[in-house]
Amino acid sequence: MILKLIAQRIALGIVLLLAVSVLIFAGTQILPGDVAQAILGQSATPESLANLREQLGLNDPAYVRYFHWLGGVLTGDLGTAMSSGQDIATSIKGRLWNTLFLAFWAAIVAVPLAIILGLIAVRYRNGWVDKLISGLALASTSFPEFFIGYVLVYFFAVKWQIFPGISTVYDGMPFGERMQAIALPATSLTLVVLAHMMRMTRAAILNVMQSAYVETAELKGLSAFNVIRKHAFPNAIAPIINVVMLNLAYLIVGVVVVEVIFVYPGMGQYLVDHVTKRDVPVVQAVGLIFAAVYISLNIIADIGAIVANPRLRHPK
Amino acid sequence: MLDIRRIPIPALIGLVLTALFVLAAIFAPWISPHDNAEIVGDVWEPMSAAHWLGTDNLGRDLLSRMIHGARITLFIAVLATALSFSLGAILGFSAAVFGGWFDTILSRLVDLLMSIPTLIMGLVVLSVLPTNLVTLILVMGILDSTRVYRLSRAVAVDINVMDYVEAAKLRGEGSAWIIFREILPNALSPLVSELGLRFIYAVLFLSTLSFLGLGVQPPDADWGGMVKENKDGIVFGIAAALIPAGAIAALAISVNLVADWILNRTTSLKGGRG
Repeated sequence: MILKLIAQRIALGIVLLLAVSVLIFAGTQILPGDVAQAILGQSATPESLANLREQLGLNDPAYVRYFHWLGGVLTGDLGTAMSSGQDIATSIKGRLWNTLFLAFWAAIVAVPLAIILGLIAVRYRNGWVDKLISGLALASTSFPEFFIGYVLVYFFAVKWQIFPGISTVYDGMPFGERMQAIALPATSLTLVVLAHMMRMTRAAILNVMQSAYVETAELKGLSAFNVIRKHAFPNAIAPIINVVMLNLAYLIVGVVVVEVIFVYPGMGQYLVDHVTKRDVPVVQAVGLIFAAVYISLNIIADIGAIVANPRLRHPK
Repeated sequence: MLDIRRIPIPALIGLVLTALFVLAAIFAPWISPHDNAEIVGDVWEPMSAAHWLGTDNLGRDLLSRMIHGARITLFIAVLATALSFSLGAILGFSAAVFGGWFDTILSRLVDLLMSIPTLIMGLVVLSVLPTNLVTLILVMGILDSTRVYRLSRAVAVDINVMDYVEAAKLRGEGSAWIIFREILPNALSPLVSELGLRFIYAVLFLSTLSFLGLGVQPPDADWGGMVKENKDGIVFGIAAALIPAGAIAALAISVNLVADWILNRTTSLKGGRG
């Protein structure tokens, strides 16, 4: 029963991912007219145009190019970058690891902090702590990522010189130095998702705390701690998992901007660089990877909610 | 009537700041002390009586550029929001009224578009499209219309089963009448409170694109573009980039405060149009 549900979710995710790959591919074909002309500009010679068309396979119809591309992606061949002629899969490997490293540490700090602060807000609801938290949440949804990033750089890197303002990382870098380098970008990312995650956690727990069984538990004389441990928390797990996963998915968007701010050699910076260079194969590949991570996180959230639901775990 | 003294203080602050930004945008050529592109001094001069906010990375007056930037930022964000609203609302209402395959195809397409982060899809599309204002507004408007579509479809599905809509259908009104004369007036209240949020999102999305170098192109600059122009100064302790970044935050917060207030007002009136 439960395995079937999970299998269904995963199958649905794969179908969605295939549809997204079509969308991303189509998104780079929407230009009316000639892509080669658009990339090279008006002053391009006929020879270079013909070369580029050949290189991009523009002489084939779109669906042939799509299946050719998809076949490559499925076998781990992401093609070559037009601007540098390098193999995309090789360039991505190190960068993907860097991005995951950054997002991992941001999540490690942000998730427990958000849940603890959310619990505190519920405990003192409508008090000043709660008001402060809602205020911060309002502010942080209004702050652009680069505002948070550059304020951190201005104070921590320039005025007080505690952390570097540019995150240089290289292969074989000692762990301590690497952590020092990612301190500011990871903090920016944490701040970007923290308030929203906190507010959603607060709403999820409040929702459970207002239900009849929690009131019953209180009335039969359980201590506040036991009410939360035995009755409120198990029922709040599913919504909290959802909150966490949704916000981790949001980290993906934040990571693009934060990597550009701190010149961090990850996927986001790679994507933005190649959008500017109009390097279509790289944009398709990186866009697909970002979409895949985003969709996977959403599926994990779904599965988490299924697993946390006893009605589905123990079918009648 | 609306009594100014009854507006809560946060909403009042939001209203005043939003009005200031809008006035600055409308009267930009008359109130800015210098021309947008005029070089008036040294690079990154500090704040002074002559240049209230100092000068930027090319020695242009930062205050003047901020005022002109307000105009470009608001102009694009307003047009993109208008596009996303008209497109999203009309398609959402139509999907609710027509139902059937029209609804199914459109809804699945919107699901698909929303399964990728907007910024990623925007970057993919902008990698092949020419960078100009029209593309920018179209891309921002169309991508954001998916959110409006979801909301307006959900609202319209509920309204579509009301007796007065049924009555209108029975007396033979066409679909256009049903959508614009029966559903639209009754769906206005939730849509208006969403308007503020979509506008903030448009401002933030535009600023992010320009910051990444894919939005408004130089010599014109919106606030996001100005952050990009002046970001190299931060390492030398020059805060010029923080001023446009702070302005974006201030605009977003003030609109948020106003939207919050309108939302509370309309919901407490129980179905009133506010």
